[in-house]
Amino acid sequence: MRENRAPIRVLLILAAVAAGVIVLFMTLNARGRWDFILPFRGTKVLSMVLVAHAIAVSTVLFQTVSHNRILTPSIMGFDALYILIQTGLIFTIGSARLTMLDPRLLFAFEVTAMMAFSSALYRWLFSGGSRSLHLLVLVGIVFGVLFRSLSSFMQRIIDPNEFVLLQDRLFASFNSVESDLLAVATGVILVVSIIGWRLMGVYDVLALGRETSINLGVNHNRAVTTVLILVSVLVSVSTALVGPVTFFGLLVANLAYQLAGTHKHRFVLPVAVLLAIACLVGGQLILERVFAFDTALSIVIEFVGGIVFLALLIRGTAR
Amino acid sequence: MIEISNIRKAYADTIVVRDVSLQIPRRGITSIIGSNGAGKSTLLSMISRLTPMTAGTVTVDGLDVTKTPSDVLAKRLSILRQDYRIGSRLTVRDLVEFGRYPYSKGRLTAEDRSQADKAIGFLGLEALADRFLDELSGGQRQRAYVAMVLCQDTDYVLFDEPLNNLDMRHAVGMMKLLRQAADNLEKTIVLVLHDINFASCYSDYIVAMRDGVLIRHGSPDEIMTREAIREVYDMDVDIRDIDGRRIAVYYT
Ligand SMILES: Nc1ncnc2c1ncn2[C@@H]1O[C@H](COP(=O)(O)OP(=O)(O)OP(=O)(O)O)[C@@H](O)[C@H]1O
Ligand SMILES: [Mg+2]
Repeated sequence: MRENRAPIRVLLILAAVAAGVIVLFMTLNARGRWDFILPFRGTKVLSMVLVAHAIAVSTVLFQTVSHNRILTPSIMGFDALYILIQTGLIFTIGSARLTMLDPRLLFAFEVTAMMAFSSALYRWLFSGGSRSLHLLVLVGIVFGVLFRSLSSFMQRIIDPNEFVLLQDRLFASFNSVESDLLAVATGVILVVSIIGWRLMGVYDVLALGRETSINLGVNHNRAVTTVLILVSVLVSVSTALVGPVTFFGLLVANLAYQLAGTHKHRFVLPVAVLLAIACLVGGQLILERVFAFDTALSIVIEFVGGIVFLALLIRGTAR
Repeated sequence: MIEISNIRKAYADTIVVRDVSLQIPRRGITSIIGSNGAGKSTLLSMISRLTPMTAGTVTVDGLDVTKTPSDVLAKRLSILRQDYRIGSRLTVRDLVEFGRYPYSKGRLTAEDRSQADKAIGFLGLEALADRFLDELSGGQRQRAYVAMVLCQDTDYVLFDEPLNNLDMRHAVGMMKLLRQAADNLEKTIVLVLHDINFASCYSDYIVAMRDGVLIRHGSPDEIMTREAIREVYDMDVDIRDIDGRRIAVYYT
């Protein structure tokens, strides 16, 4: 007989783990004044929770509407675009003037640019029925290569000092998040999540495919467009906030499918979010407090995520 | 009533359904026959708004299928496609319960669940209800799909080759079930069938297509003649009267 894993139990356990990790992160090795430590660590935790939520939700929904489990928004050329935007900014404005700009303005610009690109790309890819997975992967690679070569072209011409500054901006980091950006990002992601939550019933139907969705009365075109816009807002905001994390979404989404043991998004989505929070905050906790590393978390996550990506490709779950 | 007027489907320069007009009356079974590539599936897809038409209109009870909101139509008309495949890994019960989506929008009521159980019962799938679809045989899966469509409980039901993969006993069982649905539940059922003898024995009305054109329609007695079948399939077959039914003997 089939093992009947109760998704609710998984959810409760994960919630407990995520909460525990957050509490540990806030309190472990806290020597000194609480009124300094709490806001400092709180900002960090909030930004990690926000990014975890955005990446988990966007990856699961993206995979639902694109009917596969190996593509994520980032793999579709998103992080390369981020690199291009950052390089372009330093190339045209220069780092000196860039640091003088209002960070909120910069943030708004980055988010808008990434959203414009992603909505256009997704719209084009998913209009006109289903396209083969191979085509999607190819398109992602081609855009990635294009953006990367443009970036490396500009990187070659800019001043070496500028280049070092640029390198710093290109790694995902939770240490340098500004608190007013965090407030804006929280607001945006909250709004998007509420809209997304109200569509909860539709995701399960969309996963069945275009024809079945239409037969069941879903306005397929509109629903997919809405989901893709939500996805691009989530990814853009989280990338503009901390930088690109390519394989993290893939990692948590696939773990979530396994753990939830059901196709129902009502369970899969929260499981993915809680997992992402536990991984991100837990990973940072271990690296910071146990190994006393500082910025290496994104590298570790990318490493593990990349291995999962390869494993999925080799196992051929590419459906 | 389904009213099809002058619908056409063209892919680039090839016209695959050419100006078909047809009225499908309420209640009863209408079968569509024709050789491979005649345009039967394309016709059904256009009626059920899965494929946009190049020209023409289709109305169901007066509702234009391309203009009526999809969720309104989903309570009146449902379709089972020929090459049905499903994106998620589901159990039979999960699948059948999706048939209630037009009513419940994902929040199943006790009523929805009992409808699903009834549909599972109709198709004799009780023992398989908690199995995953990819763990079933082709015929068992086909019956699960039919159960989902029946669970949607619409007045108009379109089936593209519902007898796919079914053995002799289940094929007859399926046709009897559809006949019952038409007679007792007043459903309007449109089928694509390849076995013209099933069409002959169970339909009220047969529509024949060839190369995208609707070439004949009429009662089974009118279509089950040597000339008509030759015209549809380019094949000479013996049509016999057996116990008051017209049966084509086409095996040799
Ligand atoms: N997407 C498409 N692009 C181009 N031509 C198509 C497309 N889909 C179907 N056709 C063509 O349209 C014609 C009708 O196809 P259709 O699927 O309606 O046939 P059918 O009568 O259902 O055949 P079968 O009995 O084999 O199921 C075929 O010649 C087919 O090659
Ligand atoms: Mg067909």
